[in-house]
Parts: sequence; structure tokens; C-alpha cells
Amino acid sequence: MSEVVVLTGFLAAAVRVATPLMLAALGETIGQRSGVINLGVEGAMLVGALAAAIGASIGGSTVGVVAAVLSGALVALVFAAVAIGARADQIITGTAITLGAVGVTGTVYRWYFGPGGAGLGIETLAPVPVPVLHRIPILGPALFTQPVLTYAAYLLVPLTWWLLFRTRWGLKLRAVGESREAAIVAGVNPLVVRSTATILSGALAGLAGASLVLAQVGTFTEQMTAGRGFVAIAIVVLGRWNPIGVAVAALLFGVANASQFLFQAMDLDIPYQFFLMLPYLLTLLALAGAVGRVTAPNQLGR
Amino acid sequence: MRRVRGLVLSPSAVTVMAIAAGAVLLAVGLELTGYHSGQAFRAMWHGAFGSWYAFTSATLLRAIPLIVIALGFALALKGGALNIGAEGQFYAGAIAATWIGLQVHSWGTVPAILAVWLASCLAGVVWMALPVLLRTRYGVLEAISTLLMNFIALSLVSYMVQGPLQEASGIYPQSDQIAEVARIPLIAGTRLHWGIAVAFGLAALIWWIFKSSQWGFHLRAVGQGAEAALVTGRIDRNRVLAAALLWSGALAGLAGGFEVSGVSHALYQNLSPGYGFAAIAVALLARLDPRGIVLSGILFGALEAGAGAMQRDAGVPSVAVYVVEAVVILVILLAGAAKAAGLGSRSPALSVGVEP
Amino acid sequence: MPVRFALDDITKRYGSVTALDGAHLLLEGGEVHAVLGENGAGKTTLMRVAFGLTAPDLGTVALDGVPVAIPNPRAARALGIGMVHQHFTSVPQLPVAENVALSAGWPARPGDMRRRLALLCQTLDLPLDPDALAGTLPVALKQRLEILKALATDTKVLLLDEPTAVLTPREAAGLFTFLRSFASEGGAVALITHKLNEVLDGADRVTVLRAGRVTHTGPAEGETRSTLTRHMIGRDITSPEQSRSVSGGDVLVRVADGVLASPSFQGSGLRSGSLEVRAGEVVGIAAVEGNGQRELLRASAGVWTLDGGVVELAGSCAFIPEDRTSEGLIPAMSLTENVVLGGAPGASWLRHAGPLTTIDWQAAAEASAKIIEEYGVVAPGPESPVATLSGGNQQKLVLGRALLSEPRVIVAENPTRGLDVAAATEIHDRLRRAAHNGAAVLFYSSDLDEVLEMADRVVVVANGRTVPVDGAPGRTRVGELMLGSRSPGS
Repeated sequence: MSEVVVLTGFLAAAVRVATPLMLAALGETIGQRSGVINLGVEGAMLVGALAAAIGASIGGSTVGVVAAVLSGALVALVFAAVAIGARADQIITGTAITLGAVGVTGTVYRWYFGPGGAGLGIETLAPVPVPVLHRIPILGPALFTQPVLTYAAYLLVPLTWWLLFRTRWGLKLRAVGESREAAIVAGVNPLVVRSTATILSGALAGLAGASLVLAQVGTFTEQMTAGRGFVAIAIVVLGRWNPIGVAVAALLFGVANASQFLFQAMDLDIPYQFFLMLPYLLTLLALAGAVGRVTAPNQLGR
Repeated sequence: MRRVRGLVLSPSAVTVMAIAAGAVLLAVGLELTGYHSGQAFRAMWHGAFGSWYAFTSATLLRAIPLIVIALGFALALKGGALNIGAEGQFYAGAIAATWIGLQVHSWGTVPAILAVWLASCLAGVVWMALPVLLRTRYGVLEAISTLLMNFIALSLVSYMVQGPLQEASGIYPQSDQIAEVARIPLIAGTRLHWGIAVAFGLAALIWWIFKSSQWGFHLRAVGQGAEAALVTGRIDRNRVLAAALLWSGALAGLAGGFEVSGVSHALYQNLSPGYGFAAIAVALLARLDPRGIVLSGILFGALEAGAGAMQRDAGVPSVAVYVVEAVVILVILLAGAAKAAGLGSRSPALSVGVEP
Repeated sequence: MPVRFALDDITKRYGSVTALDGAHLLLEGGEVHAVLGENGAGKTTLMRVAFGLTAPDLGTVALDGVPVAIPNPRAARALGIGMVHQHFTSVPQLPVAENVALSAGWPARPGDMRRRLALLCQTLDLPLDPDALAGTLPVALKQRLEILKALATDTKVLLLDEPTAVLTPREAAGLFTFLRSFASEGGAVALITHKLNEVLDGADRVTVLRAGRVTHTGPAEGETRSTLTRHMIGRDITSPEQSRSVSGGDVLVRVADGVLASPSFQGSGLRSGSLEVRAGEVVGIAAVEGNGQRELLRASAGVWTLDGGVVELAGSCAFIPEDRTSEGLIPAMSLTENVVLGGAPGASWLRHAGPLTTIDWQAAAEASAKIIEEYGVVAPGPESPVATLSGGNQQKLVLGRALLSEPRVIVAENPTRGLDVAAATEIHDRLRRAAHNGAAVLFYSSDLDEVLEMADRVVVVANGRTVPVDGAPGRTRVGELMLGSRSPGS
């Protein structure tokens, strides 16, 4: 019986950890399918997290979520202006955006919350059991007794897939991502398509930040995203630029991450820092296995 | 009157514009968040240029790691590779420098210092080895792998200062002070160490490599026209890229070694206030020219020094300077100056892979 | 009702270069209209204007007598103008159905797309697998896809830019049959070509461009090769009498049973390639694109390594790649730097200091100045970026650089691609002279006539296999071998 409890708790933790990664990675999938690699997703997530904290402290969690989505989109807009509008190097632009986001969030955070920090005075999102489904043994409590943003992530998986593979917008997007010239000849405006995709992905990164603050950690701390945006980019590669694969990859990361709590609980004589390294090491190894066997959108980074 | 020609700006105009844009944005942000920008800028100026001591012991001291890392970033980018993991290599270098620095009590000064430097370079190379392997063997974008290595390095430092390298008393998460012999001598009357001379020397060396050596030419060729370099130049692109990235890692590692053996004399967490990222702005502002990197390194050293003073004297969080750095990079990108430096033709296949 | 599509008095300048200078083109329903001209005459620019890809500086466009504005390809399509581009313009990674849907504005639902595509293929009698990835189609089917795309919406005017350049003679004949049937239903066809036979055999009318101006327009009937040539270049061209010598020089290049998979996974790759090139002779390679000739050429030059078989190169080898702006030159670098890039190991500007090799830029600048002078490269100076040079001057630089070290072997891959007749003739002369001076020259062109003109001996590559051709080969005979048929058909 207690194994079941542990397992359920473990899976629930995995899903909780996976939620922001899944949200950010789904957004980045849309962006990368249009040929844009946005390292600023880390920055958008961080700004979204702070916006969620501030919004929630003013008007409750809903305001927090809306603020996060809008601010994430705004950060992506800056990226789009430089990297897509001026066609500057996407990687360097993304790095600069993230750097700026660290500076802005650090300054605003200290200004808004003062030296005491955000603390726990933020209205968070409590788990909402899904009727019927949450009764499934083991999986029910793990997958279907989660905060509402997790369900949003679930729903976004088929939605993103549909958007990419069943709509004309998705067709244009994929065409731009594979061959800019061919898309132009077909009458598609790459600038518009890419900008829209990037801003959408920024909004989802903002949502990921909200989920981190409102559904996972419960407060904001400086640089709290700690590379999750970069990991999300790797997840897109692992998921082979397909929303379903991306969701699976994000969940696997959640499992790997949650296992760190499990190991720590086991009281093994391994310093905790090594568990902290684990997700990044796993990402690197997984990238080595994934890249080469899959083909990235041809125009990625151009 | 002479006609103004379109939007074609001279590089120096772009430089001034980039810095001005950063400063203006910072001022506006500070005013919006209720700080006194005038007071903050005064504090910055005072902290960076207020006195000979401030200039040498704050500004130039911080310019050393910035210059050395930026040289490495430029070296890699000339070949079309992006090392965004200098922060991690810096820490790897700092760990190695500390470890060696704690062993060499009985050595002479020169061998001790050289051993510390060598160790930190090697550590930077080791830290870069995995991204290079992933890049050349599996086609993993080095920008992402080096970034991820940063986070691993941060955890490793945390482990080191609470584990094997923690001070003997075991109270604080920091190492013991390294041996006296392993410390770089200071310039009289300042806290500035002689690493500054090495940094200038390295800038001259790399400038010469870019200009006159065949390897430097191959590096530029790979960076600007990978296909032509391969087919016409018969250049082994992976070899050139690997070497450039490894040297880039070595330089960032050396910067970490300098910081330990010249400034902190011990290993801490948060030893770097983000040198690895600031150095990107330094290199881009100089358009990857090593001579310019010396100047922009000093400028950003002043910014870092000023940021500390600003936090002390005006209460403005020092992370605010990240905004300036980011804006400088973005303005330079926008002005297309980066294209002139050869970034425009950076091989796009460097994206997430596809070609091992 | 027959359509009339009229481009009138079109002028387009790029900086100091005038691409079109008051050019006109009048298309009538039911006709196949050939647009003829040398490279650089403005044919493609004119088509781009017609399709909304290039905005003219001056001039008017009218459809059925009504002036129209065509600011972009979408507007062109809405007016019923379709275009088949010189280069493949589909998204290689997407399936046929999605490519057609993208271009035709169909919804992206799979069932819908397939149904519409099936109908289109049936109507036009051009069958194509809807699920095949566009990039994996053979060349002729890629072009079929382009035609389907151009005709997927209601199309009255069909523009084709050198559609037969990549086709075998038999495939080209099939294309003309289709164009004829399209025209017979009232459509207008404009077709860019530089193959005179096609104009004489397949077109109703012809418009000839030279240096951006129309030099002739009228019925194709009654024209001959020489009248058309005169319209194209303004004078008669006589190919210099060639002394085809059976040379007895040493074998400098030998490839035996070479096998090399295509690195881009397109085309057949080299399955079994054997050839010898002797000092003093020009060996021409005749092949249809994607049959393994590229692999053979590059393996011969040592640029690519064979998977199996043997390459023997006696002496230094210079390689001239087909794509000069991506593989031959680095456009952002200066002439001098590009000369250094392609320098031989013993180049005059290299200095050795222990393990370090340095570059004496003074010596390199002198070498590039020498090339500029000897080859008449028109350039602002040795330090200006190569990107500022015209295609012909870039190619002169590539050739001058290749011949600088007096290599014993020269492998040239389509070296005259995109050049006008004068520039191409000069490249031919230089290569022949090099052979005369004892070099072994391996020459490939996608234009069969050029190969036959240049070569002392021809080797055909078909389906990845080499077929030596003995004696003086006729055009028809070589053409058949290129199709892979060994039997002497009619």
C-alpha cells in the first residue's frame, strides 16, 4: 500500500515538474517549426514567472496567469523585432533577451517586493481533481489531481498538433520553416508567419513561468527558471518537433527530475548537488542520442 | 551640406548608439521603479572612474576576466561557433586553480602561478570537451550544450565548496585561501594584479593569429563560408571548429584561474557576476576585433565596477546592468554591425544539428 | 475567348546594371511562345516581373486589355498566372499534396487535399503520388509537381523558366506535348529556353532578348538556328575549328570501379565509375543531372572520397566547383582572401615558421593582382569583396586561381553555368590552352552541346555508371546513352 502512495506521489511530482517544461516546449515547437530557435524562451519564462507573482499578489491567480501570458508574448515580440524583423543572429539575440530578462526581473522584483522577497503571500493554484478520471488507481491522483495549468498543458498537446498539421496556418508555418524561398513563391509572408509563431511561443513560455510560480514553487525567486527554458528547447529536439513527442519527452524529464527527490529521500550518500546536475546531464546525453537521427526544420536559425 | 546616406552607420556611431541606448533605458527603468537615476549614475561613475584606485582596482580588475573571456568568445565565433558556456568554463577553471593553489605551498612563485594558470586552462578545455564532442560527432548545437554545462558547473562549485574543497574549519561554503606563492602579484598601490598584462598580451596574440596565421585564416574561412572552405580550401571544418571551441574554453578557464589567483584567492559560489555573458557584449561591441575587445572590456569593467558602487551607494540592484549589456547586444545586432563582423553568414546548419 | 497577356515597355535597373530596358512580351491564347536570349539578357527578370516577384521601375502589365498591378505572386495567381521556376520551388520536406495545397490555397485537411489533387492530376493527365516527399522525387517528377502547382488554380497564362534544362530529350518532348494541349484549350504559354531546337520545333512564336531589349519578335516558322543566333548575340558566331587530337600523353587521372553514394541522397550516386584522362586532352562528361557525374568528378579531384574503388591522381589537381558563390568563393571575403583560400599547398604567400604557417598578405595581394590583370577580371581592386563582382568576373577569378599553380590536372564542374557567351568562350579557351600545355582536363557541363564542342573524348554517366564513347560521337548517340539505353535506337 505504501509503495502505491510513494509511486503516486512520485508520478504526481513528475507531472508537476513536467508542466512548465511542456508548456514552454510546445510553444517552442511552434516557433522552431517556423524556423526560429528562440533562446529567449528562458527569459520569457522568467518574466512570465515574475508577472505571475506580481499579478497574483494584486488580483489573484487568474490575473497572475493573464499577466504572465501577456508579458511572455511581449518578451517574444522584442525577440521577433530583432531576430526576425532585422534578421539578426537568433542565438545571440535569444541570449541577450534572456540576459536582459534576468536584469529586469531582478530589478523589478526587488523594487516591488522589497528586501523581504515575494514570500508566500501569493495566491496559488490548488490541485483540481478531474471528475471520474481522478479515481483511476495510481494514475488518477497523479495525472488528474493537478492544478488547472497542467490540464491546459494536456489540452495544448492535441491543439498544437492540430494547429501544425491540420490547418492552413500550420502548413504555411511548416513551409516557412523548411524552405523560405518556396514559401515566398507560394505567396506566404515569412515575416508575418514567423513573428506570429514566435509571439505565440512567448505567450506559452510566459504561461510556463506562471505554472512554475503559481502551481509548482508557490513564490518567485531571482533566476528561478534556472535553465528550464533551455531544457525546453532540448525537449523540442527530443520530441522531434512533434507536439506529441514533445509532451512525452517533457513527461520523461519530469520523471527524471522527480526521481531526484526519490533518491534524496532514500538517504543515499550522494551529495545533493549531483542530483541538481542530473537534468542537465540527461538533456545533453539525450540530445546526443536524438540529433542526427531526426531532421530539424531546414531553416532553423536562418 | 553633406547628404546623410540612408541608414548606413559607421561602426563607431553604432558603438556610441548602443551604449547610449543602454544607458537611457537603464535611466528610464530606474526612474520608473522609483530610484534616482542621477544618483545611481553618479555612484557608478565614482565607483568606476572616481579615482586612480577605483579605475585600477575596480574597473581594470574586472576588465581582466571580461577581456580574456571575450577573446575566447571572438575566437570561436570567427569560426562560426557560439560559446555561450564561458560561465561554466570560468568556474571549471576556478575550481582547478583553487585545487592546485592549495597544493603548492612548497613551490616557487613562478612555477606555482604557472601551474595554477595551466590547470585552469585545462579545466576550461575539459569543460568544453563534451560540447565539442557533441558538436562534431552528433551535430548538437554548441550554443545549447555549452549553456547547459553552465548549470552543471554551478552545482559542481556548490558541491566543491561544501565538500572536498571546503575550508578546514568547515563553517562557510568556501575554500581555504590558496598558497601565497600561487597568488598573482599586485601592481603597487592597487588591487590590480599583473594578469592585466597577460590579458593585453593575449589580445595582441589573438589579433596576430586572426591577421597573419594560416590557422586564423582557416578559422575565418570556415566561419564565413563553410562550403567553400571545405570544397575549395580543403579545410577540415570539424577540426578547425573543435580547436577554436577548445581554445575558447581554455581562455574562459584561464579567466577563472586569474580570478582565484589574482582576486579572490579562494573559491566561492557566485564568484562570477555573470562575466561569461557580459563578455558576449564585450566581444560584439568590439566586432570581434581583439584590439577593440581590450577597450570594450575596460568599458564593461567600468560598468561592472559601477554596478557594485551603485548597489552600495544608491541601493540599485547590480543585476540592473544586465539590462545595459542586453541592450548593447541588441542594438549592435539591430544595426547590422554584427553582420559586418561575419556573423551574417554564420552557417545556419549550426542550428540544432542535422550534420554531424 | 483567347487571353492576351501583355508586358509593355518594362524597365528594371539594379544599381548601375540595366536588366530590362523597355522590353515587351505579348502572349496570345492558344500559343506557345518562346523567350530566347543569352544568360543575362533579362529573360528571367521579365518572367519575374510577370509573376510579381520583381517590381519593374517602369512599364505596364495588361491582361485581356485591362491594366493590372502584380505586386506579389499571390496577385499573379489570383489573375490566373502560373509559373514554373527554373529552380525547384517546392518544400522538399513536405509531401506532394501539401506542396500543391500550400501553393493553391487549399485547406490543409488531408482528405480534402488528396481529393483535389487526384482530380487535378486526372484533369491534366499528370499523375503524381500525393504522399511522396517532394525532395525525393526524380527530377522530371519534381517538374511535374511544379506544373501541377502552377495549374492548381484556374490558370490562363503559364510561364516556364528553362523547364527543359533538367530533362532528357524524351522527357522534354513529353513536356511540349503537354504545353501544346494546354495552349489548345485557350491558355497562353511563355517558355524561356536557350535551346534553339526547342524554339524551332515546339514554339509558335518567339521573342528574343539581348541586353534587356527585345531584338526580335515574330513567328517561329521561317527562323533558323543562325537567324535566331544573330538575334541573340547580334552577330554570327562561328565556333573555332577544333583540332581533336588523339593525344598520347601520360595518364594523369585514373578512376577504376569507383563507388560513391550521393552525399545529399539525391540522384543515383556513383555505382561504377571508371575513366582515364591523359595529359593534353579534354575529356568531357555527358550526363543528366543526378546520375552520378558529380560524385565521379569530385572523387577524381580528390574532394570527395570514394566508398569503393580507386582514384589515382598523378600530380597537383585544381577543382572548379559548379556553385561558385557557395563552394568556389566566399562572397564576403576579398579577392585576395579568396585567392589564398584556393591556393595550392606550395603557394607563394605561405611562410613557415616551425610548426606555424603564416600568410604573407603582400605576396598574396600580388598574386591576386596578377590574376586580375591576366584574366581581365573587372573588380574595384584586390581588396574589395568578391560579392561585388559579376558572375563572369567571379568565374574568371576562380579559373585564374585554379590555374595559378599550373596544376597538371583540372576538373571543371559546369564552369560556364550562368555566363554569357563571351565569358563562356573565354573559359573554354583557357581550359583548352591549359590542355594544350600538357594538363589533363576533365570537363562537365549540363549542356550536352557544350560538352561535345569542348571534349576530345566523351564519357557518358548514366544511372551511376560510366559508358565510354568511342570515336566522334553524334549528338543523338550520346543523348541515347545518357538515357541509359545501350541499344542503338532510332
